[in-house]
Amino acid sequence: MSSPLDLAQAHPRPAFTVTLDGREIDALPGQTVAAALWAAGVTSWRTTRGGGRPRGVFCGIGVCFDCLVTVNDRPNQRACLVSLQPGDAIRTQEGTGHDD
Amino acid sequence: MTTDRPHLAVIGAGPAGLAATVAAAAHGVRVTLLDSAAQPGGQFYRQPAAELRAHRPQALHHDWRTWERLRDGLRTHVNAGAVTHLTDHHVWFVERHADRFTVHALLGPEQEDPAAVHADAVLLATGGYEKVLPFPGWTLPGVLTAGGAQAMLKGNLAAPGRTAVVAGTGPLLLPVATGLAAAGVEIAALVESADPKAFVRRSRALAAQPGKLAEGAGYAAQLLRHRVRTLTRHTVVEAHGTERLEAVTVAALDGEGRVRPGSGRRLPCDTLAVGHGMLPHTDLAETLGCRLDGMNVQVDGEQRTDVPGVWAAGETTGIGGSALALAEGHIAGRSAAVRLAGRAPDPREWAAAARTRTRLREFAAALDAVYAPPAHWSELVTDDTVVCRCEEVTGGTIREAVAEFGAGDVRTVKLLTRAGMGWCQGRVCAPAVAGLAGCQLTASRRPFARPVPLGVLAREDTHPTGRGSS
Amino acid sequence: MTGAACALYASRADLDVIVVDRGPVAGGTTGAGEGNLLVSDKEPGPELDLALLSHRLWSELAQEFGEAIEYEAKGGVVVATSPGGLGALEDFAAGQRAAGVTATTVAGTELYELEPHLAPGLPGAVHYPQDSQVMPALAAAHLVRASGARLLTGVTVTGVLRTTDGKVWGVRTDKGDIHTPAVINAAGTWGAELAVLAGTSLPVLPRRGFVLVTEPLPRRVHHKVYAADYVADVASDSAALQTSPVVEGTAAGPVLIGASRERVGFDRSFSLPALRTLAAGATLLFPFLSDVRAIRSYVGFRPYMPDHLPAIGPDPRVPGLFHACGHEGAGIGLATGTGHLIAQTLTAKTPDLDLAPFRPDRFPEETP
Repeated sequence: MSSPLDLAQAHPRPAFTVTLDGREIDALPGQTVAAALWAAGVTSWRTTRGGGRPRGVFCGIGVCFDCLVTVNDRPNQRACLVSLQPGDAIRTQEGTGHDD
Repeated sequence: MTTDRPHLAVIGAGPAGLAATVAAAAHGVRVTLLDSAAQPGGQFYRQPAAELRAHRPQALHHDWRTWERLRDGLRTHVNAGAVTHLTDHHVWFVERHADRFTVHALLGPEQEDPAAVHADAVLLATGGYEKVLPFPGWTLPGVLTAGGAQAMLKGNLAAPGRTAVVAGTGPLLLPVATGLAAAGVEIAALVESADPKAFVRRSRALAAQPGKLAEGAGYAAQLLRHRVRTLTRHTVVEAHGTERLEAVTVAALDGEGRVRPGSGRRLPCDTLAVGHGMLPHTDLAETLGCRLDGMNVQVDGEQRTDVPGVWAAGETTGIGGSALALAEGHIAGRSAAVRLAGRAPDPREWAAAARTRTRLREFAAALDAVYAPPAHWSELVTDDTVVCRCEEVTGGTIREAVAEFGAGDVRTVKLLTRAGMGWCQGRVCAPAVAGLAGCQLTASRRPFARPVPLGVLAREDTHPTGRGSS
Repeated sequence: MTGAACALYASRADLDVIVVDRGPVAGGTTGAGEGNLLVSDKEPGPELDLALLSHRLWSELAQEFGEAIEYEAKGGVVVATSPGGLGALEDFAAGQRAAGVTATTVAGTELYELEPHLAPGLPGAVHYPQDSQVMPALAAAHLVRASGARLLTGVTVTGVLRTTDGKVWGVRTDKGDIHTPAVINAAGTWGAELAVLAGTSLPVLPRRGFVLVTEPLPRRVHHKVYAADYVADVASDSAALQTSPVVEGTAAGPVLIGASRERVGFDRSFSLPALRTLAAGATLLFPFLSDVRAIRSYVGFRPYMPDHLPAIGPDPRVPGLFHACGHEGAGIGLATGTGHLIAQTLTAKTPDLDLAPFRPDRFPEETP
């Protein structure tokens, strides 16, 4: 059974650790937040302002702003655009993404 | 680097922008190519992140040789000093002065720090994005655009899930389904709302592009090989799940584009990759004052807009695919090179590209007619269905604005319901709002093509920057 | 907004009303404003009297429509950015108090209790609890609907029909004639065009303004907050760009930032320098805004009159023609008072305010 990494014959350096709400997950070098979260089986990382409904990737290219997530205390980052570095702290967000 | 040569800023490093850059640089123009991604290629030729160290990225792509020519052409001109390629530059505004332009960008992906490029002329190759019409459950995690599934695969080598339904309408569905299948995702079905008979009606225009037909046949063969069930004249009527997607219901369409009662069938899946066509990005052009023809930036035979010094090429002038974008980009780059030197061009110099452009525009028009979304798609939108994803405005609220308050256009619906006022500024919901309001979709005015921090906006004009790449 | 208010009050005075607009509801300046219902920025005189009347009427309408039109009796805080400025502001407020406006000087802890996120070190401000806010497009739509008036959108008036002795008997539109003895010119920034169609004149000119809209935020700006120089800008006759910061939160979350004024005809293009100045002014007042993103901007044209007062009431030059336009940047706030006064004149009641300062024929006729 193929995987995208197999298909493209990708041999990245070893995965590093980032956290999601304090929980450690793996990320491959070059992967975006969205890709790493998918790999960890997570498909939503924020809830909407009005209905509190879960959202994750929708357009995948930075146009729809559904995939907003907090990275290293910066809210409203598009998970499909931001690449991860070792030790990055990802946090799910709710409402406007601002804490107050 | 000499400063005698005219300076052209090309915005967008997809097929159109790359073809334009190479053509202009080869004919004496200094080019600054600005693009939001870390690597060139745009959407069509999106490359896996370099750190993923993919040895066979061509496995994810169609027509790799064309990409290699573009990539190598860019590299040659960058190395020769004719082109500066600014990566991770998200352009939010192109400012027009009396005798030059300033391209304002934010450095990505955080998009907090500003950058500015001054140029004598600007070439907009800003591409397009996917149109998705709403249906119940479309906001569940696991439902994403067909192009988004492809982008995650090509750029991140990431698969959306285990079992996918690929649905909607349009030529994009085929490569998305085959790409996901090759990457190990089980495709439960490819659900296309178009009527195969419509292909026959357009067969003359379609047959004029044997290469494109061969491409389609190639995808069809791959689908067979991966044992992907294809359902034509079918549509997704609902996506099911509580916190994420668990299944979809698909149903047959009758001759009028209405769902046939009783034809619904439930397909378990954790991914729905859906798309109903494409829309051009026109914000920068519209803010510059370029005339639009419907949703497209209007250009003449040289790919010039009606604003002096502004060219446009590719999807932004009308959705038509990568080969058309290459032809338009080439013509635009050639035209800019001659015009910026103060001469009038001889169009015979790009006659081949112009012929390709004509044929492919006809082909695109034929495809548009074939791949129209189901005529009665709005009947699937219940009063509870979220239509504006950002502001969670439902179909019922929009219908009330139309029926009770006389809102008959997208802007008035927006003012009365907030549909289109969220982060995405109506890019996703405008086609649906237009449909529900019973009006034509027209381009919105978005002076900020990207959200801009007020601190950046407040600063004095920034100095021109060249955070280039090789 | 003004037309909607005229329709509501006229129909409640038992008149039969038809509203005609060549565009949609709130298609003009109403859809491009912020929804200011202010008494704070008006010096004593006819406009302030109209504002106080309108404030009372808006409070009444808020009972009926409140939430649906996002009415917030939030109050205004006018900030002085220098000690001299505070003195001038207090003098101004004293005059307003005498005219019936509630105004309290706030400084130090009191000021920062009202607005915790204001830039530190400001000398003080005046608090105007009567200032309120509404969502203009929603308000116009709800008032028109509540009026029960026949609403004809997408219909362009091409002529005002008059008898041989000059009295109005109807309007001609691109979709047919409408017979009526009374026509209200509530065409806002386009009021001059309509006056010409009626064979008369009204010197309304466009005064361009931009508004910046931020990403949705939790409530951090609690009042309508603006710098004291705003009043001078409104009163200025200069055609050049005048800006002074105006910041307010909204029920939906985004912060709205204004205010700029320029006389550039009907040029709808976005001026980056003007937008930069708005951003700079706002971030000076509220430093937290530096990291907040502007996600859009919109443009509108205020209807500007040479003496900064609207035209309200019957036109003595054209019997049957009434004007209700030219409110510059105060149209939303003053709409209720205007509509009420129009309804009174239409039904031959003595208007609650002397209409002389608002006479449409008060300007010298243009020599042909």
